Amino acid sequence: MGKIVGLTGDETAAEAMRQINPDVLAAYPITPQTEIVQNFSQFVANGVVSTEMIRVESEHSAMSACIGAAASGARAMTATSANGLALMWEICYIAASYRLPIVMPLVNRALSGPINIHCDHSDSMGARDSGWIQLYSENCQEIYDNLIQAIRIAEDKEVLLPVMVTLDGFIISHAMERVEILEDEKVTEFIGEYKNPYSLLDVDNPVTWGPLDLYDYYFEHKRQQIEAIEKAGEVIQRVGKEFKEISGRSYELMENYRLEGADLVIVAAGSTAGTVKAVVNQLREEGVKAGLLKIRAFRPFPVREVSQALKNAKAVAILDRSVSFGAEGGPIFLEIRSALFEEAKRVPVVNYIYGLGGRDIGIDEIKAVYKNLERIAQTKKIEKLVGYLGLRE
Amino acid sequence: MDGMTEIRWHGRGGQGAKTAALVLAESALEEGKYIQGFPEYGPERMGAPMQSFTRISEVPITLHSHVRNPHAVVVLDATLLDTVDVTMGLPEEGVILVNTSQAPGQIRKRLNLKKGKVFTVDATSISLDILGRNLPNTPMLGALIKATNLLSIDTVISAVKIKFGKKFSSKVLEGNIQAVRKAYEEVKGE
Repeated sequence: MGKIVGLTGDETAAEAMRQINPDVLAAYPITPQTEIVQNFSQFVANGVVSTEMIRVESEHSAMSACIGAAASGARAMTATSANGLALMWEICYIAASYRLPIVMPLVNRALSGPINIHCDHSDSMGARDSGWIQLYSENCQEIYDNLIQAIRIAEDKEVLLPVMVTLDGFIISHAMERVEILEDEKVTEFIGEYKNPYSLLDVDNPVTWGPLDLYDYYFEHKRQQIEAIEKAGEVIQRVGKEFKEISGRSYELMENYRLEGADLVIVAAGSTAGTVKAVVNQLREEGVKAGLLKIRAFRPFPVREVSQALKNAKAVAILDRSVSFGAEGGPIFLEIRSALFEEAKRVPVVNYIYGLGGRDIGIDEIKAVYKNLERIAQTKKIEKLVGYLGLRE
Repeated sequence: MDGMTEIRWHGRGGQGAKTAALVLAESALEEGKYIQGFPEYGPERMGAPMQSFTRISEVPITLHSHVRNPHAVVVLDATLLDTVDVTMGLPEEGVILVNTSQAPGQIRKRLNLKKGKVFTVDATSISLDILGRNLPNTPMLGALIKATNLLSIDTVISAVKIKFGKKFSSKVLEGNIQAVRKAYEEVKGE
């Protein structure tokens, strides 16, 4: 067995990265990611990892350095939050289109302005179309488990795409929880060795990286990229099963929490999914058929699995911790409502935007959502398609 | 949630409320419990009022909200009683522990508490006597254990040893442990 320790989310991410022992880590500090890199740099200084740490002058450079390293055959990692991710934006697209399996913890934080250091998902949701795989973590344990699995998913020959593993800023990144850490050897064996099939430094098999690609082939390359991220769905499931064998913890594209026979279902991602679980348990004891669908993989989005899980519900509420300005609802809502369009029976779906800039969401707010779902299930009427939770109006 | 204890710590930036919340959580982990320990991060600066939280449970904790109805509240700095509503959300039968030289009865009157339990200990004097500095967090940990019987005092002391042993000299570490024990012995309640 491994060991049980009390770690904050950032410490957990650093611990997973110590065991992964990447060849290169290039990073720039930003709250609330800072402690990941701070802890990791101590591992570097103490010689417990063999990682080459590159202290860059910006996140734009951090991702650029990761790209150079990964293209030359190294296992490369970085970590960031919010404005840091925004600054590495153009390079994120390049990492994905070069098919480089870079793994990055993203500590979710609101984007400026006004300046706010607390959690929401506007940073990762903004990057949803960059071609990165996105795995959301509910708690410290999931950060650890997701990061280790992410290496395998990213480096799978059928995928070869970068993965961001998100954790909620402060709520998880700075909260100490009970975490089970596997033995170092088990992790080393599980992730295996990274071999870039098209290494820049392989002089016997020369390849070109980053050439001009106009209307003659760009479109075909994008099509390949689409296929790779579609394939990632199966790979995420396969790696999840293998991970269960070494950890006892199973992972799918999403988590169905007490969905069997559930009439009223909330969909959530990140730490709030845990708070919803607590409410589901209370309501189930009271005889209310409540359930939760937790989104783990947002990219690729598990369309069929989601509609399968929700099609028999009497009312569904999707919780979004970000806004798509000018759209009718948040990013997860739009995705799920679209996924349910093919279902013969129409499932009433509403959306709640919550927790922007770190606004606390507790049991009372979630109970209010289930209350509203109960009303919708009875009356079959949706009074408000998109609402706000915990907002002063 | 059944089987879960929630504690809210009130302090000022620099007094160690975050460390106390985390050390308590780590102590409970040592006793095989599920835990959470986390601060509320505001515009944190030396001397500004801040809060931190500890959750201890027999079963896994999935909640990720602030602690709104704590079973116990710990106030590391009595001047906060004038400016912060430290009893907010505290149930009638709740426990409040204040770092002050005043008697529990005086604090009860000041906070207008009809029921529940009020404890006081002069953690500042204990800390100044032993460590020569006002670091009330460790003695308040000792006092909390006496007031609530949450965990064994030995577990807390060993957690303090682990946490502080990495950072401080053996003299400071010893002082902190002495402070924990002294507050554990001196805390008064009614």
